[in-house]
Amino acid sequence: MSRLRPSGFDGLGLRRALAGRMLPFLVAAMAFLAALALGGATGATALARHWRVGPAAVLTVQVPRADAAAQDTPASRRERVVALLRATPGIAQVRPLPDAELVDLLRPWLGGRVAEISLPLPGVIEIRLAEGAAVPEGLAPRLAAAAPGTLVEAHGPWLRRLSILARSLQASALAALLLVIVIAAAVVAVATRAGLAARREAIEIVHGLGATDGYIAGRFAARIMRQAAFGGFAGAVMAMPVLACLAWLAAPFIKPDMDIESQIGLLAALPAPFWLLLPGLPAAAAAIGWLTAQATVRRWLRQLP
Amino acid sequence: MIRFDNVGLRYGQAGDAGPEVLRDLSFNIPAGGFRWLLGPSGAGKSSLLKLMYLAIRPSRGRLSVLGTEISIAGRRALALLRRRTGVVFQDFRLLEHLSTFDNVALPLRLAGRPEGQIRADTTEMLRWVGLAQKLDQHPAELSGGEQQRIAIARAVIARPALLLADEPTGNLDDAQAARLMQLLQELNRLGTTVVVATHNDALVRRYQAAALVLEHGRLVGER
Repeated sequence: MSRLRPSGFDGLGLRRALAGRMLPFLVAAMAFLAALALGGATGATALARHWRVGPAAVLTVQVPRADAAAQDTPASRRERVVALLRATPGIAQVRPLPDAELVDLLRPWLGGRVAEISLPLPGVIEIRLAEGAAVPEGLAPRLAAAAPGTLVEAHGPWLRRLSILARSLQASALAALLLVIVIAAAVVAVATRAGLAARREAIEIVHGLGATDGYIAGRFAARIMRQAAFGGFAGAVMAMPVLACLAWLAAPFIKPDMDIESQIGLLAALPAPFWLLLPGLPAAAAAIGWLTAQATVRRWLRQLP
Repeated sequence: MIRFDNVGLRYGQAGDAGPEVLRDLSFNIPAGGFRWLLGPSGAGKSSLLKLMYLAIRPSRGRLSVLGTEISIAGRRALALLRRRTGVVFQDFRLLEHLSTFDNVALPLRLAGRPEGQIRADTTEMLRWVGLAQKLDQHPAELSGGEQQRIAIARAVIARPALLLADEPTGNLDDAQAARLMQLLQELNRLGTTVVVATHNDALVRRYQAAALVLEHGRLVGER
């Protein structure tokens, strides 16, 4: 009997007025889009960070005829350049690439028997700049003077472009997220207004019996909030496989050493924000639903004395 | 208690307001008073009651209900004032989706009374109006007289300080009407201010009391 269950007391008859599946479905679709936008923003952030501290800070130096003796010294040209680099301030690490590694790098271009081809390969030295340091001024001419023909290749300019691209992607994803929030609020407002129109007479009666604006708005907001939370949860669950797949595809670029073939490796490849989506999206949808319903109902009630 | 001071009422917004349906009303009803509200159809009785139960605000003049000046009261104060006012509507205004019990219990629930007290008071009230066997039925399943008794039970369940009734005996037989008048008199004796609008001359003759007489939106007599 209804009178034994006052906590579920439906004085305004909202169970029928706001019964449709349309609102949870639309909120689920919004939550799905929001999850994708958040996934995009998270991915772009990770890539931007990776590029900033990763390859952007790496220079490559090529020394032709690296094993030949340098001018006026018993050391080879490679050793001469390495010594010079180690003495240069602003350089954190200098690592001459072993020939085997160079052959590995060239294999995709020159085929499996690259070691047997008598090609004069230059010596390659990888330099990692100290954090925040720029390429030391006059480095290339100094190296070229020590070992003529030496080339310095900075990845900076195109990596800077990539970084800007990543930041633009981030901004676009956040703009999409904002738009989704605005549309979700509009959808909730329309559903609330439809509920108000359907229950107008009941609201007027309850208002006449002394219900405060807070009571009536609270009833609507509680019901809409439950539907929005359900929609948010459904949307988050639908988005998870898609995001997991995207995270798996992006993992090698973000954490190259990760073992993404194993299941544990795959789970570890998912960034922390991914795991916050499941509780976060329903909570956000519930909050948007509650706030929008409260504002819509309270505004509507102003037409009653 | 209720004070009308040069009150006028017209419906509609300021731009396309209609003619004044109530004009220059000035009168007082003291706390614990009983008033018949008399006059032909269209005289403005229902509009006057609406002003008293705060469904509309006066277009001009000053209105004070239960000691509260309406023009300066906030929305919450008005809501609390409505809880102290019981109204029996001509068209009952019951909530169709609620059972008899829940319709009558609604004012107590809005006032936040404990559920145990709500159950006891509502059951007792429905027994008193002869609907104890129909607690779980919905208004659509009941006769006009039964619906009117639900409306009366809902109006008085929270022991209001002010009770307003618009043709409350319209759908009742003589015995039920007599019982209702006994209830209204009993509540009035206990301190409730009562205003009853009616066309029922026999009823007015049988229960002698002061009356406000309206005609064309004006107060033409107090007796």
